[in-house]
Amino acid sequence: MQLDDLYRRVIMDHYKNPRNHGTLEADAVTIKLNNPTCGDSIALQLQVENGLVTDAKFSGEGCSISLSSASMMTEVVKGKTFDQALELADKFSSLMKGEPVEFEGYEDIEALSGVNKFPARIKCATLSWNALRKGIEQQQD
Amino acid sequence: MNIAAIREQFPILHQEINGHPLVYLDSAASSQKPRSVIDAINRYYEMDHSNVHRGVHTLGSRATDAYEGAREKVASFLNAALPEEIIFTRGTTTALNLVASSYARNVCKPGDEIVITQMEHHSNLIPWQQVAKATGATLKYIPLQPDGSFTLADAELSITSNTKVVAMTYVSNVLGIVNPVKEVAAIAHRNGAVMVVDGAQSTPHMRVDVRDLDCDFYAFSGHKMCGPTGIGALYGKKALLSKMEPIEFGGEMIDYVDLYESTWKDIPYRFEGGTPIIANAVGLGAAIDFLQEVGMDEIDKHQRLLAAYAYDRLSELEGVTIYGPKADRAGLVTFNLGDVHPHDVATVLDTEGIAVRAGHHCCQPLMRFLNVSSTARASFYLYNTEQEVDQLIAGLLKTKEFFGHAIG
Ligand SMILES: Cc1ncc(COP(=O)(O)O)c(C=O)c1O
Repeated sequence: MQLDDLYRRVIMDHYKNPRNHGTLEADAVTIKLNNPTCGDSIALQLQVENGLVTDAKFSGEGCSISLSSASMMTEVVKGKTFDQALELADKFSSLMKGEPVEFEGYEDIEALSGVNKFPARIKCATLSWNALRKGIEQQQD
Repeated sequence: MNIAAIREQFPILHQEINGHPLVYLDSAASSQKPRSVIDAINRYYEMDHSNVHRGVHTLGSRATDAYEGAREKVASFLNAALPEEIIFTRGTTTALNLVASSYARNVCKPGDEIVITQMEHHSNLIPWQQVAKATGATLKYIPLQPDGSFTLADAELSITSNTKVVAMTYVSNVLGIVNPVKEVAAIAHRNGAVMVVDGAQSTPHMRVDVRDLDCDFYAFSGHKMCGPTGIGALYGKKALLSKMEPIEFGGEMIDYVDLYESTWKDIPYRFEGGTPIIANAVGLGAAIDFLQEVGMDEIDKHQRLLAAYAYDRLSELEGVTIYGPKADRAGLVTFNLGDVHPHDVATVLDTEGIAVRAGHHCCQPLMRFLNVSSTARASFYLYNTEQEVDQLIAGLLKTKEFFGHAIG
């Protein structure tokens, strides 16, 4: 097990300088999720318009993996349609299973591929993505 | 205590994890098992297994003797007056839920009080929340001091003549605090309440005497004291248990069954519906033999020394916050390392072969009291050494360094 597999430089950069950290306007879709095994929590906010995610921000508490994952997710999801966003969430699940997937145009996420060698940490990485999925599925209902 | 000889008896300790010798500092979550316990379970399955209290054949009586023999061992280990005061359960959680469902739900009514503390494990908190909700009783918390302990004066104020149940952990699995349960039991009794003790963290480490404590119920888990998972017990005073109704119905617990009415066996069987966890009870008995051979006082002393040593060494590290009081702590130290999330601490330590716990330790209300969302915890048992504490410190230095230039 190599720590460098897990804590790639990109990950630490997102952890130290989280993108889209904060809150959106009151009318944004808000999804709160926590990781009951460790107490980490995330509040994800999505601004949506006609089946499109126009903006995303997050707040909450978590480890380097969960916060950097949220930072990357909010970056990549902006401007995506609901279907595209769900597709990305599926891709992220594949990444966590150790499958080789590419995030064209947004390669930062691929740095999280090392998490699959640390099974105990997969839940950290998927927390924000689960929030995204939940938020979009709510909108589609 | 000869630690080298003790370590020799734990097969799991002799392996490498991620290229390093295993340093297992997570015994408060679940302890490792000595060869004698593993062998006892194997021998039971190889030679003696059959269902209990049913057959008249030889294996039936061997299995029954083994199972009831284990009950007697538990009774004498806790200094209970009678073996039938011991009910085998899956562990502490089921034992506490049994008291909540079978005793408290039938005793509490609106206006009554259940008194607990904010340092309780979820297993000794949610059952009481549920009883309060179901019965209209009030759930009350004895206030905590800044270090997480409480004073007997505050216990006196919180426990009143309306109190029906006082429930508390003997040893905190986060703060290492040893609560004055004997004194609190006396206050509870003066007010006509019963005293329930969560013994999950005390039973593995120290001499426990339920008659001296004069508690009414006492719950513990086998897996934290060198025994197998899936087995634990509830001690209850005979007079109380005899008045309680079972909460699970079916085989084994019945006496006479008619089409519309049935009667139950005496205690403890009326609380042990279905085929019990026979092999694991046998394993628990072997764990008790093992612990008694080492000596509970010796184990107590050893784990306290290790915790005190770890406390001092951790205090020397810059940026470390340690939770709970310094004095009189049981064998664990809970801490945070600056801004590094405990998950990240645990992962770095894991790559060095060091197992510690990170998270909320099933104590979310206590985490809130401490103003953190999670913490790291190193917990010690009879097989741990000072050298392992030193390895932990070295691992933490490495963690600091790693995250220091990664995020500092
Ligand atoms: C203080 C305390 N109470 C209760 C429990 C629950 O024990 P079990 O999971 O074996 O039922 C634990 C275990 O973590 C504990 O530390």
